Amino acid sequence: MVIRSKSADDTAFMKPLEIVSILIIAALILVVLPATLDAFRLNLVGKYLTYAFVALGLVLCWGFGGILSLGQGIFFGLGGYCMAMYLKLEASSVANTKIQSTPGIPDFMDWNQLTELPFFWLPFKSLTLTVILIIAVPTLFAFFIGAAMFKRRVGGVYFAIITQAIAAILTILIVGRQGYTGGINGITDLRTLQGWDIRTDSAKQILYFVNSGLLIACILLAQYVKRSKLGRVLVAMRDKEDRVRFSGYSVANFKIFAFCLAAAFAAIGGAMFTLQVGFMSPSFVGIVPSIEMVIYTAVGGRLSLFGAVYGTLLVNVAKTAFSESFPELWLFGLGALFIAVVMVFPNGLAGIYHSYVDPLVARLTRRRPAETEQPLHGAPAE
Amino acid sequence: MAAMPFAGLAMPRTAFAQAPATSAVNTTGLAVTDTDVTVGILHSVTGTMAISETGSVQAEKLAIEQINAEGGVLGRKIKFIQEDGGSDWPTFAEKAKKLLVNDKCAAVMGCWTSASRKAVLPVFEQYNGMLYYPTFYEGLEQSKNVIYTGQEATQQILAGLDWVAKEKGAKTFYLLGSDYIWPRTSNKIARKHIENVLKTKVVGEEYFPLGHTQFNSVINKIKLTKPDVIYAIIVGGSNVAFYKQLKAAGIDLNKQTLMTISVTEDEIDGIGGENIAGAYACMKYFQSLDNANNKQFVSAFKKMWGDKTVIGDVTQAAYLGPWLWKLTVEKAGSFDIDKVAEASAGVEFKQAPEGYVKIHPNHHLWSKTRVGRARPDGQYDVIYETAELMEPDPFPKGYQ
Repeated sequence: MVIRSKSADDTAFMKPLEIVSILIIAALILVVLPATLDAFRLNLVGKYLTYAFVALGLVLCWGFGGILSLGQGIFFGLGGYCMAMYLKLEASSVANTKIQSTPGIPDFMDWNQLTELPFFWLPFKSLTLTVILIIAVPTLFAFFIGAAMFKRRVGGVYFAIITQAIAAILTILIVGRQGYTGGINGITDLRTLQGWDIRTDSAKQILYFVNSGLLIACILLAQYVKRSKLGRVLVAMRDKEDRVRFSGYSVANFKIFAFCLAAAFAAIGGAMFTLQVGFMSPSFVGIVPSIEMVIYTAVGGRLSLFGAVYGTLLVNVAKTAFSESFPELWLFGLGALFIAVVMVFPNGLAGIYHSYVDPLVARLTRRRPAETEQPLHGAPAE
Repeated sequence: MAAMPFAGLAMPRTAFAQAPATSAVNTTGLAVTDTDVTVGILHSVTGTMAISETGSVQAEKLAIEQINAEGGVLGRKIKFIQEDGGSDWPTFAEKAKKLLVNDKCAAVMGCWTSASRKAVLPVFEQYNGMLYYPTFYEGLEQSKNVIYTGQEATQQILAGLDWVAKEKGAKTFYLLGSDYIWPRTSNKIARKHIENVLKTKVVGEEYFPLGHTQFNSVINKIKLTKPDVIYAIIVGGSNVAFYKQLKAAGIDLNKQTLMTISVTEDEIDGIGGENIAGAYACMKYFQSLDNANNKQFVSAFKKMWGDKTVIGDVTQAAYLGPWLWKLTVEKAGSFDIDKVAEASAGVEFKQAPEGYVKIHPNHHLWSKTRVGRARPDGQYDVIYETAELMEPDPFPKGYQ
């Protein structure tokens, strides 16, 4: 580890190269992709970018904080379900549900012999409350998990296993209580947001840009955290937790914060997912999607905020392309991609960038940004 | 096989001349050319559902090949684009949209679980596509854009319960199911019929999460309550554990009546015939069905996919999809979705392996219901069939 001397651009919000990086990402998702893709493919990219929120959160809490969560699907799902509950209530107006035994409640409740709306659905009649709850529910949930774990100094593998168990429990709960949650089918057939039909191509285009804008805002926020003193404490904690504790910092509180922020990001992603895809199902809450999201982060490079976005895009594009070309073999191709990335480039796409592109850029521009970047990226992590 | 106006014409050019112009049969920009028409196949060939859905894919490919051998649809060969739903419902929605929007498929054969159908339904309605859905399912749904080639719940359940009440003198029933919409709705219908129509009793009702493998406690309860009939709607891999544990607990299905609506020949392949021999299954098709259509179908299927393959109820229903679509398109004289949807009611398929089917105005099929008894070799003996075709009734009054 190299001890850095404090230089002017060390405390700046963004180094020049990072400004370039964010501009490239913004140009890619706001200009290049919308200009080159048809409505269908653009909507797919919009869907992939909702996973990038989760990957971004994972870079903060896993890459920087060293807290590996294998349960980010929990927060993605909670955010998505909050949004879906609002949209479902709007789609289940009395006029739309005339054929049910109890008109005015969501169809799956009617199939399960419920005759009135359960109490926890009531807040989702209001859009304002829904927007608040989309962030608040997952963040509070993350806070409780985090407080319970980190205050007791549960960490590392044990924490990962517990998050996984919670993801499994939540899936079972949602599947099992189908009268209240839609069960394994999820909450489907969502149509309008305040009367605005979200299924049309133009609506999907608008949602794509809203989604991209939110993603860039989240990247900037994460960047701010990374460059602030808080970010430094997180990295220090990851590398030598005891030293940070002995220096008088409350390690648990920092971890809780990172975990809650990651949860809030995931929840925004989940809500945007529901809006763009038109439904939410327990298949995004469980263990498998949670691990997939960790894979996106790993492929992108867990230390790089920008890598998270590219990793998510790469894996999902590959997934769609393979499965369209080889419907019966595509999983093997995807598996091979993961193995190749992890074996050859342990720091993911960002690692490739830093080992090959950065020095090149540095040589071309006669600057040496690679050196100041090095300690962060060479550091071992949990 | 089905009447085929262009089959058997000596000169292909004559056939071509008789095929109506593309501009006349395709006014909405579907993937139809002068020589071929594109349809989609959308099932899971990877993931947990692959084992069930593979048979459907095979049946659909067989039907398409046979239709092409007879000259195609309105003089056009069927080409298909296959997509993998990956046992993941959002993927189904994504792929359905691709098939409709990008590939402009004139029809899609696909889906298996209710969850996947619920995920694609809004897509088919929004982009006005045509889905042929093969699985027996819970009902409570009807769409202009879907033809349901499997049975809905009342068709499958009521006749079987009547039969078991009459033949076995059953007075008490123990209902079991996997925990999702189809078993729950089916058991709800079964319970209403048992209590209100047959005037008999339900002595227990329990559900298990998908993939559940520990059935000992419920088996103990069954031993204590001694129901006349165990009514089981357990799906997928759980079946293997359930029937093995029943047998291990000493419940002999030759003495204890068990009726299932979820175990086809495909599932017995995994369960093992010796573990389930003696159980009764109630559905519309069994591979052992003794009629000329079915014999032809079974031998063609085995010729194409190998001698070891078995054909379950859903596989046969999937086979109906391409044929019904072809017959409907030819009745409508057009590939246009609206005209096909309109023309569907009343289309008959006399060469169906299950005997004879006809599309009801509610887009479900009229079909007979049969009871089979499992043999140790994994096949069923068909021991009862309804005299009449059962009317599909997806929104049954008095059963909701």
